[in-house]
Amino acid sequence: MIHQYKNNGYNIVLDVNSGSVHVMDDAAYDVAALWESQEKDAILRRLGPVYGTAEVAEAMEEVAALQKEGTLFTEDEYEEDFKVFQERPTVVKALCLHIAHDCNLACRYCFAEEGEYHGRRALMSFEVGKAALDFLIANSGSRRNLEVDFFGGEPTLNFQVVKDLVAYGRQQEKLHGKRFRFTLTTNGVLLNDEIMEFANREMANVVLSIDGRREVNDKMRPFRNGSGSYDRIVPKFQRFAESRNQQDYYVRGTFTHHNLDFSQDVLHLADLGFRRISVEPVVAQETDDYAIRGEDLPKLFLEYDKLAAELVKRHKQGDDVLFFHFMIDLEGGPCVAKRLSGCGSGTEYLAVTPWGDFYPCHQFVGNEKFCMGNVTDGVTNIALRDEFKGCNVYAKEKCRECFARFYCSGGCAANSYNFHGDIHDAYDIGCALQKKRVECAIMLKAAEALDTE
Amino acid sequence: MKHVKTLNTRKLQNTVKKGGCGECQTSCQSACKTSCTVGNQSCENHR
Repeated sequence: MIHQYKNNGYNIVLDVNSGSVHVMDDAAYDVAALWESQEKDAILRRLGPVYGTAEVAEAMEEVAALQKEGTLFTEDEYEEDFKVFQERPTVVKALCLHIAHDCNLACRYCFAEEGEYHGRRALMSFEVGKAALDFLIANSGSRRNLEVDFFGGEPTLNFQVVKDLVAYGRQQEKLHGKRFRFTLTTNGVLLNDEIMEFANREMANVVLSIDGRREVNDKMRPFRNGSGSYDRIVPKFQRFAESRNQQDYYVRGTFTHHNLDFSQDVLHLADLGFRRISVEPVVAQETDDYAIRGEDLPKLFLEYDKLAAELVKRHKQGDDVLFFHFMIDLEGGPCVAKRLSGCGSGTEYLAVTPWGDFYPCHQFVGNEKFCMGNVTDGVTNIALRDEFKGCNVYAKEKCRECFARFYCSGGCAANSYNFHGDIHDAYDIGCALQKKRVECAIMLKAAEALDTE
Repeated sequence: MKHVKTLNTRKLQNTVKKGGCGECQTSCQSACKTSCTVGNQSCENHR
């Protein structure tokens, strides 16, 4: 299976199952399009008059050689091996700790409903957090790298517990031969020197929430009194990013129907000096005025193209900006098992509420149907865990024929559930945007590789 | 090749036997939280 497309002047042919990426001239690109459906003579007859018979014959030889070496028109032969892989015992390697179900902002699109997740305000106690870390260590099998994200609501509202848990984790990792990678997601309102210094010492990554231009950010990310948050957070985020040497952080935003020209927000963040940027489409029901709709897609595709082309231009000028959703690692990316497994929600990744309940991920918190257990008793809803474990690329009809399946790993289970009532489906608007991002990401790689020759 | 430039040498087929160690980062712990982005994660054994 191949996926071919033209973007920013490059003819790109992705061999889906091997992950090989080929940039072709027009003749080879047209040969590839006909290769599986037509006889060789027919291809020559059809394309010879366009490119010249000798050129087409040569392009055909090259396409045949790629097919022979297993980098073009390969089959998906992973399913049997993957079944064996899936039978391995489940281990937990990552927790999303809901340190605070409370927030000092009132973002309009928040899936946690101003931090409270459809429930009551609550702060996680040290004891609950400690039990969560103990659970993680005890259930991580031979995995050495363990990840803990301090999430909310807004985790800085309960920062002493964050500090105490980090200290506890550092003590425990030595005793158990583990390595904790702590991360912090914050809206920046309470960020101060002390938090920054602590985070720079202990956090492998920090995610700083901001949507982009002042008016865009302030419309969706106001304080509870309605005033905007931009002016309060931008100087702090700039200082924070610099203090981390522009490494190991992301500014992360959400775009909505109200800013379909979101490339301007990404570039605004870049112009503020941020080098690592993630801006994602909002996930919302059609009834929300800010929801992305099907008719927004053509405009959004153009925005991604514009953004990608601009990032290529800036790269050539030595001004490198990492856009999270255009990053792709063609040489050292994940193995096929990881690519097929899904995000790990409900199996190797769990969210923990302030009172210690487990959910498959942060997006399921608040829906009690998805409660999986708690920090004291462990995972008790084994049927639910197994349902999530079986929720992989091969279990999803929509993914089987999709070229992007090895990049999104079957998409977000929560989005699928929220739109279709089933984790084995896929959120179609999200898929359309994901596919576009993969195309742009590969184009950026082509531009990097070919422009340096 | 004259008509084709291939950008990568690593084939997914070659990651089947030795893959699956699980030491890599969980996708939502990086910077998504509302989508699933796996293709940009790095393999811990490839570094």
